[in-house]
Amino acid sequence: MNFFLNKWFSDWLAGLGRITLLTREAVASCLTFKFDRRDLAYQVYFIGIKSQSVVLITGAFTGMVLAAQTYYQFHKIKMDTATLAVVSVSMCSELGPVLTALMVAGRVGAAIAAEIGTMRVTEQIDALRTLATHPVDYLVVPRLLASNIAVPLLTIEAMATGIAASYFVGVYLLGIEPTYAWWNMLKYSHDSDVLIGLIKSFIFGGIIALIGCYKGLTCEVGAQGVGRATTEAVVYASISILISNFFLTLTLEQLAVLLKV
Amino acid sequence: MIEVRNLEKSFGEQKILDGVSFRIENGESVVIIGRSGGGKSVLLKHLIGLLQPDSGEVLVDGENIVAMNERQLLRVRRKFGMVFQGAALFDSMSVADNVAFGLRRHEHLTETEITKRVAKALEVVDLPGTENKNPAELSGGMRKRVGLARAIIYEPQIVLYDEPTTGLDPIVSDSIDKLIIRVRDHLKVTTVVVTHDMRSARRVGDHVLMLHDKKIHANCKPEALFASQDPIVRQFIDGVADAQETLF
Repeated sequence: MNFFLNKWFSDWLAGLGRITLLTREAVASCLTFKFDRRDLAYQVYFIGIKSQSVVLITGAFTGMVLAAQTYYQFHKIKMDTATLAVVSVSMCSELGPVLTALMVAGRVGAAIAAEIGTMRVTEQIDALRTLATHPVDYLVVPRLLASNIAVPLLTIEAMATGIAASYFVGVYLLGIEPTYAWWNMLKYSHDSDVLIGLIKSFIFGGIIALIGCYKGLTCEVGAQGVGRATTEAVVYASISILISNFFLTLTLEQLAVLLKV
Repeated sequence: MIEVRNLEKSFGEQKILDGVSFRIENGESVVIIGRSGGGKSVLLKHLIGLLQPDSGEVLVDGENIVAMNERQLLRVRRKFGMVFQGAALFDSMSVADNVAFGLRRHEHLTETEITKRVAKALEVVDLPGTENKNPAELSGGMRKRVGLARAIIYEPQIVLYDEPTTGLDPIVSDSIDKLIIRVRDHLKVTTVVVTHDMRSARRVGDHVLMLHDKKIHANCKPEALFASQDPIVRQFIDGVADAQETLF
């Protein structure tokens, strides 16, 4: 038992080391502009534009259900007009970035791992290297930058859609008084909530792209290897998003208090 | 010039290369032969730094590439072109984009110049007019030709071929052999071919290296190899299986 635990821990540590080295290599490559701008534009299109439906539906229905649930609880203590404020703060600082990132991890993280994994299995990555092209410059950097650009934009979209959808459910379906609800929302939502959400989504974007690329680049040979890499990319990215979200919330909220944002 | 000194490589417990040493002069055409699974492709990948040995040295024009990191290797790899066993074409790109890949990445040319160079390279490999096709639409032989066009478009000094005729019919294999000879003579490149096709080895090679039991067993001219009475060499050339041996 101890042997297996030790092996699991040393494998986990080695994987963490490799992904750190990949991150370092990718950041260094970003700073020296070795990537192709056309590839970056295509990846922004693939990650950003192609994820529209997923993000809009997630944002809208999360906002709606949150509004309904909050209303039913607050109605008991006659605080109906605080509903939108709760939805707004939750959507901006927590649910918007986390749910968007989880949806993008499922769609984009899997696609990145499958594409790069197939390239590895069919020797296309070796072919890149023989053509004097670093796989990190050509494959990782455009995806990392595109994810860092697209995920925060998608998050803003999810926040706006969620708040708008909660407004319609609250006002037109549940009968909340719109003026007070809107005023309370503006009173209790701060710039720092949006800023925290955007910082988180930027980091989550990086996590999705890096884990997808890492799993693709290290995938085992064969169809089974590509399948496993794809599954692991989604699972590891989702877990990393959820765990890092907790620490980011603690750190960023403390920072917001210290800096009085 | 490529020089390999005392190269050793294992995958896990299994030793693949055990003290392999040889030298390839500029402009020479060398064929590496040996049994399937004997480490020929592994050896070839060491020459361009795709694999790192456990010990030993690989010198390309006097530089030890084993000591280099991936970024330093990129500079050395511009001297090389490589044709893969399965062609390894980028399946998300057209034939033209595959062939132009190296030019677009490393040379500052206009699109008109790139189009001209691509057309010329495809003509050299007898595939004119296929620019807009996708790799999936091509046959095995055509894919290898496109792979060759991609490898030679930026006129490398050394071209490596990993089993260029494997899986092809004898007529297509013959045309690939002629193509290798044409590229060698036309571009005056150093050629290294990994194969177990003896007909191909005889036609293409100025020199033959035979890999057997993790070591270089024979290093000679093709004529000397075919005249050899060494039982291991003879068995390989004649293609005779040993009744005592488990082959699969």
